[in-house]
Amino acid sequence: MPTKVIKPVMSAEEAVKHIKPGSSVMIGGFNYGGIPYTLVEALVEAGTSDLTLIANDTAYDDVGHGKLVSRGQVKKVIASHVGLNKSTQRLFNEGKLELELVPQGSFVERIRAGGFGLGGVLTPTGVGTVYEEGKQVIEIEGRRYILELPLKADVALIRGYRADRYGNLVYFGTNRNFNPAMAAAADLVIAEVDAILEVGELDPNDVVTPGILVDILVLKGDSYYASRT
Amino acid sequence: MLPVLSEEVVRHRIARRIAMEFEDGDVVNLGIGIPTLVSDHIPEGVRVIFQTENGVVGAGPKPPEDDLRFIGAGGRCLSVIPGGALIASDFSFGLIRGGHLDATVLGALQVDQEGNLANWWIPGKLVPGMGGAMDLVTGAKHVIVATTHTTKKGQPKLVKKCSLPLTGAKVVSLVVTEYALFRFVDGQMVLEEIAPGVTEEDLKGVTEAEYVTSSNLSIMKGCDEEQN
Repeated sequence: MPTKVIKPVMSAEEAVKHIKPGSSVMIGGFNYGGIPYTLVEALVEAGTSDLTLIANDTAYDDVGHGKLVSRGQVKKVIASHVGLNKSTQRLFNEGKLELELVPQGSFVERIRAGGFGLGGVLTPTGVGTVYEEGKQVIEIEGRRYILELPLKADVALIRGYRADRYGNLVYFGTNRNFNPAMAAAADLVIAEVDAILEVGELDPNDVVTPGILVDILVLKGDSYYASRT
Repeated sequence: MLPVLSEEVVRHRIARRIAMEFEDGDVVNLGIGIPTLVSDHIPEGVRVIFQTENGVVGAGPKPPEDDLRFIGAGGRCLSVIPGGALIASDFSFGLIRGGHLDATVLGALQVDQEGNLANWWIPGKLVPGMGGAMDLVTGAKHVIVATTHTTKKGQPKLVKKCSLPLTGAKVVSLVVTEYALFRFVDGQMVLEEIAPGVTEEDLKGVTEAEYVTSSNLSIMKGCDEEQN
């Protein structure tokens, strides 16, 4: 979808039609906070399958993108923590789900590298543990670092607070988490927000994600978590 | 005979003792479980800045009314103190990895005498994931472990060598249990404090790790403040 200056505002149902089976999808959020619930629920409803889910965690069995996992729409998860979603554990143990666990700080740096044109990042996190196995370790000035490779996705579903029609975004509370990083790392970025303002109504000093990164705007719905987060 | 303690006494004893470690202005991340209780016991006059990895610098207590837009890493609603800041995950972990945290307080499955910590994975059982723990133990200046002395089945958690996958290698600076406080000094595990009613022999019986005893061994601080 070509990026226009004025961003289209769509229903969540229309927006998720852009996600094809087999796509890699980044979804913002930490625990139950900062998840684009309305978009995720529409994706669950659409039944789009064979997805690679890139999210910090897999939420809960029946909350947010946890539902994508528990309903079998996901073939691979890349996350830092999946302990709160029993389906993730069960499907992984049954060999029905591929799981790549990444330390949380390395996870977000991989996304940043993907979005910002870096060939990877070097981090001391995980050195001397089983996590190091199979990864390239580089020594710099006597300290060992793991080379973490960039992560990109076909689509990012992110949660902002307010947008303007250019797609500029501001965030609220602890809902920010992974959303700004993911907004830079996907070919198609769909943002769910509380309100969509006219151009000029957001103070450029407050904008965190510039609108050039955002392709589609969706207003949040009124489900339990969408309306409360 | 080791004293029999209620779970409440155990949890708060550990948290109270850890809370005495901080200085005014320290930046501290608390894990879930016993570590969360540490914020209840910060001594009067000490301002500790609590950081949560999901994006708060200056986390305050649970507010009277829940606002799900402000949560801590464990999912509980929190307040942001006046003077606090809200940040994104990349910045949050930049702070963590970059050495800007004075301490992280975490639970443990095992700690060994070399200061290795295992707290993220029991192979063959759960695969919860490491979350932010590997970054925290790598970047924080002090890694403080808050743990019961043994497992529920009575197995030692302070061991010679961790058999579970490590969260971090040689990272632990302090271990506080309901029976004792051990500090790692120049790579050596040192018993510095012992709880009232616990003899050195009792302690050896439930500790697999080999440690040296400080010449200044004292009674564990804070136990005299317990209500019962």
